Amino acid sequence: MRHFLLLLMLLPALAYGGEAKDLADDPVMERRMISLAEKVRCLVCQSETVASSRSDWSNDVRQIMREKMQAGATDQEIMDILVERFGKSVLFDPPVDRETIPLWIAPFVMLLLGVAALFYQVRKRRQTVPETELSEEAQKRAAALLNDQE
Amino acid sequence: MTRFMWPLVIFLVLAGFLFVGLGLDPREVPSPLIGKPAPTFTLPLLRSPGKNFSSQDMKGQVWMLNVWASWCGACKDEHPILMDLARQNVVPLYGLDYKEKRAEDGLAVLNRSGDPYTQVLFDADGKVGFDYGVYGVPETYIIDKQGVIRDKLIGPVTPQNLQERLLPLIAELKKQ
Repeated sequence: MRHFLLLLMLLPALAYGGEAKDLADDPVMERRMISLAEKVRCLVCQSETVASSRSDWSNDVRQIMREKMQAGATDQEIMDILVERFGKSVLFDPPVDRETIPLWIAPFVMLLLGVAALFYQVRKRRQTVPETELSEEAQKRAAALLNDQE
Repeated sequence: MTRFMWPLVIFLVLAGFLFVGLGLDPREVPSPLIGKPAPTFTLPLLRSPGKNFSSQDMKGQVWMLNVWASWCGACKDEHPILMDLARQNVVPLYGLDYKEKRAEDGLAVLNRSGDPYTQVLFDADGKVGFDYGVYGVPETYIIDKQGVIRDKLIGPVTPQNLQERLLPLIAELKKQ
C-alpha cells in the first residue's frame, strides 16, 4: 500500500508538459534552438517566449532559427537578424543602451527618491517632537517596571 | 497644507501616466524598419505564376505594400477600404499574399470580393514577410521613391488612418 501511494505521488512528474515540440533531426541543435528561443518574445502573444508559444508566428521563428543554425549562423547573428526586423522588443532581456537606459535606472531613481523622502520626513518629525528628558524618579520607576516584567 | 497636497500630486501624475497608457496599443511594436531601405525581393505573381515581380522595379515610385491572406479575418474588414483606394488611383497598391497554402485560396478571395491590387505577389512560405518584420496580418507599408520604408501600419487600414496618416504621407512623398 505504501509503495502504491509513493508511486501515486510520483505521477505528476510524468504530467510535465514541457515546451512546444517540433520535429527535428538534430537534438543538439534543437536544444540550442530552444535555449535561444527562450530569450525571444512572441510578438503575437506578448508574455510568452517563442520557445513556449504554439502560435504560428513562433513556429515560423523557430523554423527560421533552425535554418540559420544549419547554415552556420551564431546565436548572436540570429538575434541580430530578429532585432533588425522586429525591434528590440523581441528580446526578453533588453540590452542596456541609450534608448532603454531610463527603463533600467528608473526603479533605482524611485527607490532613491523614496529613501530621500523618508529621510526628510523622519528628520522633520525629530525636530517637531523634542525628546523628553526623564527625571531621575521617573527613570527609576521605569526601570522597576521593566525589571518586574522579567 | 502641503502635507495633504503631496498624495494628490502623486495621484495626478500617476493618473496622467495611466491615461496616456490607455491610448497605447501594446500589440503595436514600433518597427525598426521605418527609415531603412525596404528589403529587396523577387516573388512570383499570384495571377500569373510564371512571371516574377522584383521590388527593384518600383524604384522612383511611391508605392504601398499591403500584406494580406485568405485566412486573415481582419483583412476582410479593410478590403472595401482598399477597393475604394484603388478606385481613387492615387498610389500603386501591391498585395503580398502572405503564407497562403494554395494560390487558389488567395485567388478565390479576389474573385469573390474584388481585386484592389495593381499586382499580387505570392509569398507562400512567408520568407519575404519575415524580412519585412510581419507578425500580424494585415500590415501595410509605404515605400518612397528611393525604396525606403516610410511608414508601417499594423492592423487593418481604416477610413480614418487612411485619411489622416497614409494619404497625407503619400502626397508628401510624391512631391519629393
